Order: sequence, then structure tokens, then C-alpha cells
Amino acid sequence: MKYAYYPGCTATTTSVEYEESVREIAGYLDIEFTEIPDWTCCGASSGHVINRELSLALPSRNLALAEKMNMDVVAPCPGCLLRFKTAEYELGRDPALKSKIEEDIGLKLNLSHKSRHVLEILYRDIGVQTIRDKVVRPLEGLKIAPYYGCVLVRPPEVTSFDNPENPTIMDEIMEALGAEIVDWSYKVDCCGGSLSIVVPEIVKKLSGKIIQGAREAGADMIVTACGICQLNLDMRQPKEPNTEPLPALYFSELMAHAFGSQGIKGWAEKHFIDPSIKLAELGLL
Amino acid sequence: MQQQLTTEKIPPRNNEFTNKIAAEVRYLNRCYQCSMCSDGCPVAYAMDYYPNQVIHLVRLGLKEKVLKSTTIWLCASCETCATRCPNEIEIVRLMDILREESVKAGVNSRVSNILKFHQAFLEQIKKKGRIDEVSLMISYEMKSREFLSVSKIKELAAMAIGMFKKGKIKFPSLKRYSTGEIKSIYKKVFSR
Repeated sequence: MKYAYYPGCTATTTSVEYEESVREIAGYLDIEFTEIPDWTCCGASSGHVINRELSLALPSRNLALAEKMNMDVVAPCPGCLLRFKTAEYELGRDPALKSKIEEDIGLKLNLSHKSRHVLEILYRDIGVQTIRDKVVRPLEGLKIAPYYGCVLVRPPEVTSFDNPENPTIMDEIMEALGAEIVDWSYKVDCCGGSLSIVVPEIVKKLSGKIIQGAREAGADMIVTACGICQLNLDMRQPKEPNTEPLPALYFSELMAHAFGSQGIKGWAEKHFIDPSIKLAELGLL
Repeated sequence: MQQQLTTEKIPPRNNEFTNKIAAEVRYLNRCYQCSMCSDGCPVAYAMDYYPNQVIHLVRLGLKEKVLKSTTIWLCASCETCATRCPNEIEIVRLMDILREESVKAGVNSRVSNILKFHQAFLEQIKKKGRIDEVSLMISYEMKSREFLSVSKIKELAAMAIGMFKKGKIKFPSLKRYSTGEIKSIYKKVFSR
């Protein structure tokens, strides 16, 4: 399986362990990622609040470069991905807008390919059974709260990902790794996202609720597929007296670990709340 | 915070404003104030008007009130409201347009740092083609002057040191990525 790959700006910094573990699982599953040459920032959560046209032009430039590679685009960051999917959706339904954006970026866009999340290709192209067959270190006894966050699933007409209120793609994938999924109510609640820098109080409150929900459901850790969610849940986690902090890590870290990768120790050091302690406790390290 | 009932004189409707916004936001006029949007909004508790009230203010043509509201900037664009709206109103698109309009009209000072953050973000893209977190933070701090507050700078320093120790942020790189093309995009977009 071959894809054009868009790492996104945080791939070598705030979500370096996400990037590394995604690359590792790609290796295990014979997925070939070719980085889009000269990719640039998608505009993220700032483009669309300042200028709509810019918020469509920035991702469209990357999409046009990827089209030349004749492959679907895969991005690990749901934030980047929503910008791509929004551009595909809006330009697809408005030819005049598409021409305007093509003029802005100086490139033609055929909208011939789709942008997809890593979880989407794992679930739809690779399949849960193949994933299950690759497991050499089953995550037995590990209770996981799968956290999808906002823009991986919403708005559903743009993302076409899964049920927007109760997605289960990541649940099924984590189950295939041998983990136990807890039933909880905060799968698609917002962590506060990009308000983290300017209004951290809001992020602490929202992330605190999510963590509380996972804890009450009996989870050992929260699993995410988004760099901002992971950072907010991990770094902004409120300290509770007499309560163990709850690790929040990427689905890909646990998947690589289940496939036999040695990477987890290095990745665990990147976290503010070390997930390897719980894994060791359960005899999974 | 919910607004209290008031006896203040309501300014005249600005129909031009209502029509301009309604032309950009699909199905805006379908709103029947069920408040599903506000019920699910994770940030509603911090807003001065709830999202359904913002829609109503727009439809009443109360331009000044809606553009000065903190709601439009506190909205985290999480899309819960738009996903659940029984009338399929694109509420985040509405917030985006109101944000654009409020920049022209002057943003409420209680939330103007949120605007400054987004501006710093877009300036960094223009300058470098990609975002590096440290340059973004420096640029934001220069704009917002948040570092003049002792508690803010302490919190920020603790965060930065923590992230640096974890290898989650690096010293800013001087590398530029296709900045010629990015500058050309900015030029075209902002000259329209």
C-alpha cells in the first residue's frame, strides 16, 4: 500500500513520538509513505478564523503537490486532515471557488484523490484481522479509553470518518491488539484544542473532565490520535490529591509495542505522565 | 455567563448585516432556537452569549453586540454544535465569518489575545512556510505582552522548560520552506 504522506509541523517536535511510532507501524504492515515534497503548513486552527480563502489555499497547495504523486494523502494529525478534507469538500461543491484557489496557489487541482487519517487506512485498507495477525505482544489486561476528540469525526459530512457521536474504529483496532476497551462518555468531547496557549484555564477544565471520565470508567490509560489532544491531556492534566495521574498516549505507540517494537521506552520519556509504569505493572513491557 | 434580562433600549436592526451573514451561512434562517448548539458546547460556560443567542443576535441585526461578544473568539471550532444542529446550520462557519467581521470592527479586549495568537500563527507560516512552536510562542508573546504578567510568565516558563526537557520543543530553526510560494498565496488572498 502506497500513500503520499503529510507529517505536519509538529512531527519533529511536540508529537515526535506519534510520528516515529506511525512510521514504525507502517513498516510492520508494509505501508509505504512517501513524504509530499516541499509541503507547507495547512493553516491549522488559525487560518479559518482569520481568512476563509487562505484557509482553503494553504491546504490546497499540499493537495496539488500530492496529486502529482498520484496517491491518496495520509496525515496523522486530525487538525491538518480537517483542513485537507474541508478544502476537498468546499472546492468540490463550488467550481468558482476552486478556480479562485487554483489561481491563488498557481497550481491545478483535480480533486482526484482523497485525504485520509492513519486510522482510516488501518481500518479500511489494512483491516483489523491483518492487524490482529501481526500482534506478538498482546496488550492483555490493559484497559483503554479510546479518545477521538473533535475534528477526526466532525463535521461528519466533511470527515466521513465514523459515527460522529460514538465512533468505534479505534476501539476495534485497540481490541485487535488485545487491549480491553472501557465504555465511556467522553470519546468525542473537546479538550480545548488550540485555546491551550491563550486560555489554558479552559483547556484544564475540559481536559480534566475527559480524564475524570476515563478514570471513572476504570481505564488505565487514554489513547489518542491527535497531537494537541495528547499534549493537552498529558501536560495540562490537573493534579488530584491521592489519585494516580492517568497516562495519555498515541494509539500508534501501543500498536508498535504490540507488534514487537522496542520504541516505547524512548517514547514514554517524551510524556509528562509516563505510560511505561502502568505497562510494567501489567507485565506488558 | 448568561446575560441578564435588561430594560436597555434595543438599537435599530441592521438588516444589511443580517443579510450579509445569512448569505454566507447556509440555513441560518432555519434556526428555531432549540439551543441544541449551546447545550453541547464545551465552552458555553465561559461565553457572554450562548451560541443560539449569537444566532439570534445576528438575525436581529444587532451587529455591534454580536461582534463585541467573547463567544465568537472563545469558540474552539470543535464542531459539536454544527454536527448536532437539527437544521444543519453551519455554526462554526458562522463563528468564522463573525470573527472576520469583528477584526474589522474591533475585537472585545477580553479575548483579543486569542486573535493575536492566530495572527502570530499566520505570520509564522508566511515567514517560514512551516510552524515551529518556539518561534510561534515568541511572536505571540511580543504581540500580547502576556509576559508582563508575573503569573503568566511563570506558567509559560514552567511549560517551556518542561517541554524542552522532554524534547518536545527545539531551538527555532532558520530553515524556510517554499516561502516564495507561500508569500505569493498571501499576496493574492489579501489583495482581493
